[in-house]
Amino acid sequence: MTKKKPNKPRKQGNHKAITFGRIIKTGGQNFIRNASLSIAAVAVMIITLSIILFSYIANATFAHTIQQIEDKIDVSVYLKDSVTEERRDQLISDIKNMGNIRSVEYVSKERALEEYKAANNDDIDLLLAISQTDNPLFALLRIKPYDVDRIDGIRDYAEKPEIKELQADETSYSGDRKEAIDNITNSTRLLQRIGIIGVIVFAIVSVLIILNTIQMAIFNRREELKIMRLLGASTWYIRGPFIVESILYGVVAAIVSVSLCEALLSVPQVTLSTSSFGLLDITYAGEFFSQRLWSILTLQLLVGIIIGAASSFIATHRYLKFKTSK
Amino acid sequence: MILLDRVTKVYSRTNTALDRISLHVEPREFVIIVGASGAGKSTLLKLLTKEEKPTSGKIVVGGLDYDKLRDKDIPLVRRKIGVVFQDFKLLPNKNVFENVSFALEIVGYGNREIAHTVPKVLDIVGLKGKEKRMTGELSGGERQRVAIARAVVRQPKILIADEPTGNLDPKYAWEIIKILEKINHYGTTVILTTHNQDIVNKLKRRVITISDGRVVSDRANARYNNEDSK
Repeated sequence: MTKKKPNKPRKQGNHKAITFGRIIKTGGQNFIRNASLSIAAVAVMIITLSIILFSYIANATFAHTIQQIEDKIDVSVYLKDSVTEERRDQLISDIKNMGNIRSVEYVSKERALEEYKAANNDDIDLLLAISQTDNPLFALLRIKPYDVDRIDGIRDYAEKPEIKELQADETSYSGDRKEAIDNITNSTRLLQRIGIIGVIVFAIVSVLIILNTIQMAIFNRREELKIMRLLGASTWYIRGPFIVESILYGVVAAIVSVSLCEALLSVPQVTLSTSSFGLLDITYAGEFFSQRLWSILTLQLLVGIIIGAASSFIATHRYLKFKTSK
Repeated sequence: MILLDRVTKVYSRTNTALDRISLHVEPREFVIIVGASGAGKSTLLKLLTKEEKPTSGKIVVGGLDYDKLRDKDIPLVRRKIGVVFQDFKLLPNKNVFENVSFALEIVGYGNREIAHTVPKVLDIVGLKGKEKRMTGELSGGERQRVAIARAVVRQPKILIADEPTGNLDPKYAWEIIKILEKINHYGTTVILTTHNQDIVNKLKRRVITISDGRVVSDRANARYNNEDSK
């Protein structure tokens, strides 16, 4: 039995590259060798990342629907027949300059009548009545605000005496109609807040679940960590492979969850005649998703990688401490 | 090589594991520590590997004063000491070869050196041809030999073997001891704990007997009777 072992000093330059390579290799190896644990961890991450993704898309779709409703909200200012063209143009430019104005549309008496007829074309009595007199409708300015919450500003402006005297009637933002608009804006604001809070809550819960899963996976292997410690392995040489492994969980889970979402969103469009579930416009959700596919995938990958790496960093910490108490 | 000066380790008010132990081990020495279970042998070894900190007293190993070590130096100390643990402490996700090569990887050995060194050491401990086995597939004796191969592969200055023959058939036990003697012959200081009086008596080395956390005898070329320490 001959016993001759090399005892050369280690080359330092090469050292870091070799160590880094080994950390990556060991991480990948552990991912495969602990197949059952990896599958369980990846499954949990797929579910949680999918929940984040679905709530994000649902929220975006929801916001879109709310926006569509809000787009229909406007304030009509009815102008007396006596208002001159110059005064009217002056008024339009003044309104445009007051801020929070998306558009000001001038509707002439004639167009107002056409619109009225179009809107009531199933009510023959009404159509008859209106055709038998001169045009009874007023020209109007249809004003759309950017922010419906600050729609009051438009009314306040219209209430100013010098503006008021140009008007044939109260603005449309009064009485029953005002109440209806206020109700819509209040409930859409509430729904939007619920949507955003929902996304945040789901995201936090998901992060906690992932953290917990990885902590349990590492708890299972705490002996391994302690053994490596006893053999004199450095903190990063022990921790590195665990982080690589968790990053792999995150990458696989992100790809699967995005594919899952893609598949689920394409099914209803093909098979269901309806493309909308109540407030959730599935067609829009599909468009929203496919337009942003790559950025969503990147984002999911980042979330998966960061949460995975951070979780295993935190989870390995306690098993790598040295005993410092006497 | 190893110096302990009035080292005390108190775990709790009622549990004093070591009581003012003083020891001096020369380089290249082969020292056997004997004592009943609970006498304090394991605690003593844990102090040497920095798994535990002494409550009081001074420990110097290989010129390093353990009091002055910072946490980040601990891995460096452990790399200089080879340890054969009583419960083997093999890495479950690695095969035989990887378990042994791990000890070299953490010190930064290159792949070629590893490929050269590990098979030699596995041959010495009689595990040739079993490199690819996962540790779960091995018998107790085989695991013990993997643990020894891992401890000696770095050619440590100090080798600590905690009951390395405890789980083995007598014929294998003696083989293991022969490996330890060989390592000692090549210049490694060996600290061996055992219950086996045959081994102690055949080896004819320095024997330190520990009882209730104190050194009760320390004699060169000593004999040992299992019954004495009970």
